[in-house]
Amino acid sequence: MNIILVGCGKIGHKIVEKLSNEKEHDITVVDLRQNVVDELVNMYDVMGVVGDCVNADILEEAGVKEADILIASTGSDELNFTICLLAKKMGDCQTIARTRKPEYSKTINLFKDDLGLALVINSHVEAAQEISRNLKFPNAIQVDTFAKGRIEILKFRIPENSVLCNMKLYEMQKKLNCELLVCGVERETDVFIPDGNFVFKQGDLVSIVSTYKNCQDFFKKIGIKTNKVKDVVIIGGGVTGYYLAQMLLQSGIKVKIIERDKKRCEELSVLFPKAIVINGDGTDNKLLLEEGIENAGAVVALTNIDEENILISLFAKSKNCQKLITKINKIEFDEVIRKLDLDTIIYPKTLAAENVLRFVRAKNNSYSSSNIETIHFILDGKAEALEFKINEKSRIVGKSLFELNIRKNVIVACINRNGKIIIPKGQDSIEVNDSVIIVTTIGGLKDINDILEG
Amino acid sequence: MNYKRILHTLGIVLCFEGALMIAPLICAVIYKEPEVLDFFECILICLGFGGLLLLLKTRNKNLYSKDGFVIVALSWIVMSVFGSLPFVFSGSIPNFIDAFFETASGFTTTGASIISNIEILPKSILFWRSFTHWIGGMGVLVFLVALLPLSGGSNLYLMKAESTGPSVSKLVPKVKSSAKILYGIYIGLSVILLILLLAGGMNFFDAITHTFGTAGTGGFGVKNSSVAGYSSYHQIVITVFMVLFGIDFSVYYLMLLGKFKLMLQSDEVKAYIGIILISTIIICINCVNMFENVWVSLRHSAFQVSSIMTTTGFSTDNFDKWPELSKGILVLLMFIGACAGSTGGGIKVSRILIYLKSIGKEIAIAAHPKLTKKIKMSGRTIEHETVRNVNVFMAAYLVVFVVSVLFISLDNLDFTTNFTAVAATLNNIGPGLAKVGPTENFSVYSNFSTLVLTFDMLIGRLEVFPMLVLFSPYTWKK
Repeated sequence: MNIILVGCGKIGHKIVEKLSNEKEHDITVVDLRQNVVDELVNMYDVMGVVGDCVNADILEEAGVKEADILIASTGSDELNFTICLLAKKMGDCQTIARTRKPEYSKTINLFKDDLGLALVINSHVEAAQEISRNLKFPNAIQVDTFAKGRIEILKFRIPENSVLCNMKLYEMQKKLNCELLVCGVERETDVFIPDGNFVFKQGDLVSIVSTYKNCQDFFKKIGIKTNKVKDVVIIGGGVTGYYLAQMLLQSGIKVKIIERDKKRCEELSVLFPKAIVINGDGTDNKLLLEEGIENAGAVVALTNIDEENILISLFAKSKNCQKLITKINKIEFDEVIRKLDLDTIIYPKTLAAENVLRFVRAKNNSYSSSNIETIHFILDGKAEALEFKINEKSRIVGKSLFELNIRKNVIVACINRNGKIIIPKGQDSIEVNDSVIIVTTIGGLKDINDILEG
Repeated sequence: MNYKRILHTLGIVLCFEGALMIAPLICAVIYKEPEVLDFFECILICLGFGGLLLLLKTRNKNLYSKDGFVIVALSWIVMSVFGSLPFVFSGSIPNFIDAFFETASGFTTTGASIISNIEILPKSILFWRSFTHWIGGMGVLVFLVALLPLSGGSNLYLMKAESTGPSVSKLVPKVKSSAKILYGIYIGLSVILLILLLAGGMNFFDAITHTFGTAGTGGFGVKNSSVAGYSSYHQIVITVFMVLFGIDFSVYYLMLLGKFKLMLQSDEVKAYIGIILISTIIICINCVNMFENVWVSLRHSAFQVSSIMTTTGFSTDNFDKWPELSKGILVLLMFIGACAGSTGGGIKVSRILIYLKSIGKEIAIAAHPKLTKKIKMSGRTIEHETVRNVNVFMAAYLVVFVVSVLFISLDNLDFTTNFTAVAATLNNIGPGLAKVGPTENFSVYSNFSTLVLTFDMLIGRLEVFPMLVLFSPYTWKK
């Protein structure tokens, strides 16, 4: 597909990275700054155009007439809207606009259709949603949902002295008797799609597929507490903090916000009368102790400085805080950060980029008559979980999984049959109208038949 | 440095070269020449060495700018070394250094020859010699990028290091598709030329070798007298196509897309055509007494101007005997060269334009010290970074030029010969003046000077920096 990306800031950069990995798209990036465009052109297989996109000539040069999708991710919401509108008028493309201002979060729905926007991305909202999902499952590091929330993919770290340590995968299924499937394990920088003889070690990051109830059951058996979080300390009352506070308060969780700026505190206190708003420095350890982070259900570090967030989380961890969530905006040292064992890390830019990628894939599918329903990136982005809808044409219908010649590094993780969730075993088979979740490290699967060898 | 990936890519290049030698092998079979065996051996050697290098597998696919430069520079050296084997094995050029010179001259589309009498060489060898022009014209790695699934996102570095001109922009978002379009245009134009030459009654062998020579802006012919022996129809066809192959290929792409307005915007092409027209007229008038009438003079001067300006190096007349003004203009044209993004060599018209505009800007600043002015070309501003890069290119180019002239002066030949020998090789033209003039050849030089000139050709074709990067200690330090 022909994709134009306008505005190559950090989010734009991430989007290009994800899209160019797909290899099948022709991407053109546009930015005002020559050096930013050069950097992207050197790094990825994309074309660069320097100029202002409200200038019709520049949009034309970027190929708006042949474009299928235009993504506007400049720093200004209004500019993004204008560019999308202009692109819509000049060519026939789907448009995606990025917004940041919370003020637009409600009003956007009033004029979204008038602007012809296909998708609005807001990295703050996406980060807040991800955080609130994580707080529902405080022991998981990452939570993704499928089949309208009936199936979850959870990532958790094997704690010290757990029964899981040094256990083989096939023993686990016998001993614990849980309805779930292990779809991937991360150990330091390696990623495994485990087979029956895989041995778990303490500290492994394990991703499992199951229903909410079964997951709770499993966590109890391996010695992970499953208390729901009741109160949360949010450090940093920026835009993400605002969205998060709103979501948490709505689901009845107590919120305490620590914010440095006096004026912002006053605004927040007006917006959220139920929340406790503290005017103070989140890096002041005495203040944090005074405000009781030791006993808090969760600490969410959302300041604008990544290093501060990491240090706050490390401090909270040293005080045995139960659940930590750290926002990382900019720093790219994923491997180092992972070693710090900080529980959940949220990368808002990546979340926004993945949202765009999901849209592009879905759009691509409607072209190539593929049947992917949803897609999630798991195992640190090294694997994908795809949800397929099964129709009569699928070659895999009616045969047991045991009989099918399924490719290496592909797992049939879950079958949803009219709302009934089946964690498949060898003798199970896939039927028409099922929706199936496939976990794989092979990129670019488009059809359920692609999971078969040859 | 990603050594394994570099060696692996060199392996691909070698195998590719082995595959290319099948063409002269077929030629040898058709003409029933004994060189069949020699080409067969060469193919085996290329595939053998290439295959060994291909065994080096690496998971680390990252290529950085530095690796791109090193791959391109080494590929061209390796191509030239292995490409010279047919000359050595067949005994056409027994001295390896001479054969290396001849092959590098072929790949870099220089067309400078070391052979005194080419008419006695076997046809398959002549075919290979001309074929190297065609391969080198658009570039080997550009071809590989177009065909092979060279993974890793940084193939642009390869294309950048091999393509000509101050700034390389892709025609379409993907490097691969861009490379395919370039080769498509290249092949298309070559086929049209071949048909036109055949239509004029040229035999197939001569037509195809001259097509290779013209398309790559190379200049190897199959006759000692170059193109002089062919009819005026053929000379005119070749003149036109030399000019066409010296034009930025993206202009053809715009033409194919029907964007004529954008096409006509190119300042570089306008200047290029302008320089050719003006030089032709001056030389035509200057030489008019040497030929029977004005039209013959016009034909010869147009041919020679196009041949030198596009850095092809064919000749229809011994221009070494022309008046001094004409010779002076031709030597200047050697330096200007063709358009960026074409198959031609030299400094490139776009760089010359940037120099002239920078000079204009500097003079204007003398009058208005606080003047703010950006250099524009084809309606776009040229970024300071590009101007700087173009300036440094000139400095590096001059350093290489001066050092080369000093080195080859060791042979104690006259200054005109030395100066034009370096100018003709560094700008990838072929013939110079005096002892390296159009009817002479480069065999007057010693082995050492031949090597220096060989490197000049490679440095000129890759536009100086990839070769300098290869020999810089910074590149190899850990």
